[in-house]
Amino acid sequence: MNLVTCLEYPLDIETILRKKKAIKRVLEETKPVIEKNIAILGGSTTTEIKNILELFLLKNGVKANFYESEYNQYYQEAVFENQPLAAFKPDIIYIHTSHINIGCFPKVSESEQSVQSLLKQEKLKFQSIWETLDQYDCAIIQNNFDLPPDRSFGNLDFSEIHGKTYFISQLNLFFAEQARKNNNLYINDIHYLSASIGLTHWFDRSLWYQAKYALSYTAIPALALNLSNIINAILGQSKKCLVLDLDNTLWGGVIGDDGLQGITIGKETALGEAYVDFQRYAKELKQRGIILAVCSKNDDQVAREGLSHQDNLLSSEDMTVIKANWDPKYQNIREIAKEINIHPDSLVFFDDNPVERDAVASQIQVVSVPDIGDDIVHYIDYLDKNGYFEAAHLTGDDKQRTVYYQNEKFRAEAKAGFDDYQDFLQSLEMQAQIKHFNPIHLERITQLINKTNQFNLTTKRYTLAEVKAVSENDQYLTLYGRLTDKYGDNGLITISIGSIKNQQCHIDLWLMSCRVLKRDMELAMLDILVARCRDRGVKEIVGYYIKSPKNNMVSGLYEKMGFCCIEQTPDYSVWKLVLDNYKNLNTTIKVNND
Amino acid sequence: MTREEVLSSVQDIFRDIFDDQLLEITDSTSAEDIEDWDSMNHLNLVSAIEKKFSIRFALGELQTLNNVGAMINLMMQKI
Repeated sequence: MNLVTCLEYPLDIETILRKKKAIKRVLEETKPVIEKNIAILGGSTTTEIKNILELFLLKNGVKANFYESEYNQYYQEAVFENQPLAAFKPDIIYIHTSHINIGCFPKVSESEQSVQSLLKQEKLKFQSIWETLDQYDCAIIQNNFDLPPDRSFGNLDFSEIHGKTYFISQLNLFFAEQARKNNNLYINDIHYLSASIGLTHWFDRSLWYQAKYALSYTAIPALALNLSNIINAILGQSKKCLVLDLDNTLWGGVIGDDGLQGITIGKETALGEAYVDFQRYAKELKQRGIILAVCSKNDDQVAREGLSHQDNLLSSEDMTVIKANWDPKYQNIREIAKEINIHPDSLVFFDDNPVERDAVASQIQVVSVPDIGDDIVHYIDYLDKNGYFEAAHLTGDDKQRTVYYQNEKFRAEAKAGFDDYQDFLQSLEMQAQIKHFNPIHLERITQLINKTNQFNLTTKRYTLAEVKAVSENDQYLTLYGRLTDKYGDNGLITISIGSIKNQQCHIDLWLMSCRVLKRDMELAMLDILVARCRDRGVKEIVGYYIKSPKNNMVSGLYEKMGFCCIEQTPDYSVWKLVLDNYKNLNTTIKVNND
Repeated sequence: MTREEVLSSVQDIFRDIFDDQLLEITDSTSAEDIEDWDSMNHLNLVSAIEKKFSIRFALGELQTLNNVGAMINLMMQKI
């Protein structure tokens, strides 16, 4: 048995709680990709939460170092000077509070005004926590409130202003509002989580009286999974693309055997309705920026015929790539990743056939392949509860993203008609805007910094606050680039951060989204970087390449651009460019900085 | 379930919680004998036993138990 699968939906809670030490040993055999400092400020006991969260993070390639506040000292440790926490240098602070930590619920004798003032007091408490924690320049994950296990007002608890349910609803609305305003604040929605588990199972009075846990042991794995999904999103590690099988996955039956009229889809039957609902869920993912693709053993034309069924919610147009053929699915999946220019570890493969799942999972281990069984009723839960596609924020670019990838396909088709690549680039009529960081783009810039892995010379990650600090410090030369072509706007797709010391500009960070690879955008960036450096009397540019598991494609970038190597080890190299003789490299993109 | 079967099943739980597949327990084993048997791991043991045997211990019932034998005697009344 693979011990690690107990950490996937449906969680095997008994195994997780009992065998956590053995699970940790297994997970530690794989070298984690990144290390992060996570501080837990608790309003109740957090020991087991930390232990179980550690497992979920290791599974996602994150080795966490933990700081735990003293019991129920979340407020004091956040608001007052806290040298141990400062020394810990948290990347993420998690505030584990719950209804237990609400200072004072209204008494039935109190006036409306005094209820409002109690609410305000509670809001101010949390606001001051978030504001003080701002000094650590890190992401803050904050629980909202679960409902208490009892309600002495009965159903009136919901509608009466003295009710606890009412009070908590108001606070939760306030938390939501604050999270929309503060990009460093992420809500861990335990209100939803406790409802999903059921309040009866969520809170364990016995465990509260004995050990001051604000949730049951049974609920801890689900809480940890939910947290690990938020952390994945903050670190840019969420999945980007859902690859779907067709027969018995998107509809019931086999289109090649049963024909268009024979497959089960549509609201006339219970089974058909279940498939429609699953398509609805996938479509909602697509609408918020998740890429959809098809991988099906079918003739291409037959697969497309199936997708044309009038009762489908998903059509061929919703699919960025359709691979319908008789080749092994793992080959098709590799090609899907290549065509949309993402790493296979950003894919989730969804197929009702266990043999296909095993083949893909064993051939490409980084692809997530949930063991979804064969009952359509549970399919949505496997996608939803595993949280593969958790997003940190919904930016305008997220909603646009699937459009970019679709345009990428048109470009690829256009490319086929040109013999000379330069002619092709010219034909794209590209225009770029390359400028210093600008306050309105900081969020998108941070997002790109934290999720770009392939064209990324140093893979340094920055929080929003760090990006802001760099953009305001004139010791740094920051650039972002946007690229438009005749097929559409690619958005903000490249970033560089240079630090200026002694007439040298050191490129701390340079990355580019893979959707604009091989478009010479990097040449346009270097041209502008050189120009800006000259403006400031800089004589040399020093570039660094730090090898990561994914950035091999740029190992030779500086050499290709005419830099000289001044230091080289297998994992690290340093390159220098003297600006005196530099001539602009870009010939195909019109740079427009008005 | 016989008392021996219960003891053997409880031993498996002890082995998982203390991550020691060679651990042997007897009726007289107590927190004194197992270094990691602190209050947190005590909760972990109780929680795992409750899940495995689908039983619940009442609040306060466990504080008086000072060794494995007493724990199993109590369990035998509930199974």
